[in-house]
Amino acid sequence: MEGYGGGGDLLSEAMCSGARVVVVEDCVDAPGAFVLHLLLKRALAGGGGGGAALLALAQPFSHYDRVLRKMGCNLSVHRKSERLHFFDLQSFPGGTSGGGIADSLAQLYNGVRRAVEANMAKESDGRFTVMIDDVSLLEVAANGSADDVLDFLHYCVTLTSEMNCSLVVLVHEDIYSSEDGVGLLLHLRYIADLVIRAAPLSTGLAADVHGQLSVVNKGMMLSEQRLAKGQKVWNFHFKVKENGTEFFYPGSRH
Amino acid sequence: MAAAAGVGGQALGRSSFSRAASSKTASSSSSPTASGVKLGPNGAAFVSSGIPDLDSILGGGFLLGSVVMVMEDSDAPHHLLLLRAFMAQGIVHKQPLLFAAPMKEPRTFLGALPAPVASSKEDVRQRAVMGSGDARASDEGLRIAWQYRKYFGDERTSSAEHRDNKQEFSNDFDLRKPLERHLLNAQHIECVSTQDAASLSDLQDRCSTFISRHPRKDGGNLNAGRIAIQSLCAPQCGYFGKDWDMVSFIRSLKAMVRASNAVAIITFPYTVLSDSFCKRWQHLADTLMSIKAIPDEDKDLAKLLTGYQDMVGFLHVHKVAQTNSQVPVILEASTFSLKLRKRRSLVLERLNQAPVDGSSGPSSGASGSCSSSAQSSQLDF
Repeated sequence: MEGYGGGGDLLSEAMCSGARVVVVEDCVDAPGAFVLHLLLKRALAGGGGGGAALLALAQPFSHYDRVLRKMGCNLSVHRKSERLHFFDLQSFPGGTSGGGIADSLAQLYNGVRRAVEANMAKESDGRFTVMIDDVSLLEVAANGSADDVLDFLHYCVTLTSEMNCSLVVLVHEDIYSSEDGVGLLLHLRYIADLVIRAAPLSTGLAADVHGQLSVVNKGMMLSEQRLAKGQKVWNFHFKVKENGTEFFYPGSRH
Repeated sequence: MAAAAGVGGQALGRSSFSRAASSKTASSSSSPTASGVKLGPNGAAFVSSGIPDLDSILGGGFLLGSVVMVMEDSDAPHHLLLLRAFMAQGIVHKQPLLFAAPMKEPRTFLGALPAPVASSKEDVRQRAVMGSGDARASDEGLRIAWQYRKYFGDERTSSAEHRDNKQEFSNDFDLRKPLERHLLNAQHIECVSTQDAASLSDLQDRCSTFISRHPRKDGGNLNAGRIAIQSLCAPQCGYFGKDWDMVSFIRSLKAMVRASNAVAIITFPYTVLSDSFCKRWQHLADTLMSIKAIPDEDKDLAKLLTGYQDMVGFLHVHKVAQTNSQVPVILEASTFSLKLRKRRSLVLERLNQAPVDGSSGPSSGASGSCSSSAQSSQLDF
């Protein structure tokens, strides 16, 4: 549990430590960005020297800085000490780079790779996390070319096996619910060790419960000693707060 | 202490609390900012949507630096009501405006903008009393029995009067009276026609030059810009069908707006988009609303809802923009009825279900048992 443990909450219990590729799925009614915030905080927390690279397409740095600060994690300091490598991709790929989207993505990959290698060079034993805050927007930046995005993602996945590194990816599930554009989501689910899915309550709006989270452990099938103590599918409710998120089983409160 | 004092004490404590809150908002709106910009928590700054009810539903108004998207009804042009109010409010506040629409001469649309109402005291009082039952108390943590709502009446008038003394953040608009010409001519208003435009690059350039004049400044003298884009994906636009271009336009517009002191409102006829692109658009929105007209003579609805005669449509709030916070805004109600009061001013009210006569619908069982128990208790005493 060194990677994600220590929280003592349901989510960290549900996430097995060996997960190298984590896919967070959300939809319009239940945004899943809070899971990213949580994982980013955990990746940077502790003195173990873990690091992170955040590929931000959805929000600027100031947003993450403010949100994580309320959770007790100072991104500005981490950025200065080069534990956090922040890639601001809001205007990616930009008009100036001459080549096509494939070249831009290749450059981006090189940037990520350098960040990972720099972390390796520091001889820290902590794990490095590469986080993409919205793959759907990466697809938009690639002007709909899902193949280029998938190539990029596969390169990122190779990083996780070559170096001690994990990949966390947010994707909007409901975009791919119709049959014509399902490809990217299926690929993501295939490469994922762990799928975290945020969904709204089926009973509608609630002030106390913001939605439900289901965690599916796929990678756990490989090692049977984990199968003994863990379970494969977890379902629980969540309530997002400024300084963190509460997880609880349905009906276990009040 | 509330438990000891009972319900009455609770109501009292509650009202004093919200009075303090209202005076706080009044003072924050009077702080030295540019006209029409209100500061909120978390470093947020709001501009008014032009509909006071919508402002209070959204917790202050449209957030500066956010993209508001409105899903149009395919049959009725009710989204234009929102656009008109938004644009007219900007002009009243002397904020620069960029308007794009799929029509030959977008400037003609400016002639249809409504004029602000000179609000009389009586009008304010009436609206406060009427509004006390709806969702405008957005900070209301406690649910208070309907009997106590009358206590909120005067308090609301006081806050409304309070607001009148200040520079008004939001005006009521009279939809029957056109905005005065000199206001339209004096302003910095740009119009772009998206009809027959072969690509979105022209609109994008216009937007970026417009936005570059409003760089983001925290505090100080805020001057907000407004961008209104009507029916972005309408079939009469030349770029219709280039789905990826439109999504990446919205994405870059969002990035530009985020780094500036501007608000963009985009209405779009979502039925012409495919499901997956419609979802993409919705994900790109910071604030997402949909608007729906109601059929003229729907007997069932008329029976179900009070005040059906004045209703013109429903407004559904899907998402509310948040800055620098991960906590989603959960509204107490997300569907509101859009009413034209006295055929001229636009109000939003929570849906009030009329008492059901116990013959139709699944809720009739519950209400039926309620009334029967009430009857029996009447008999008991």
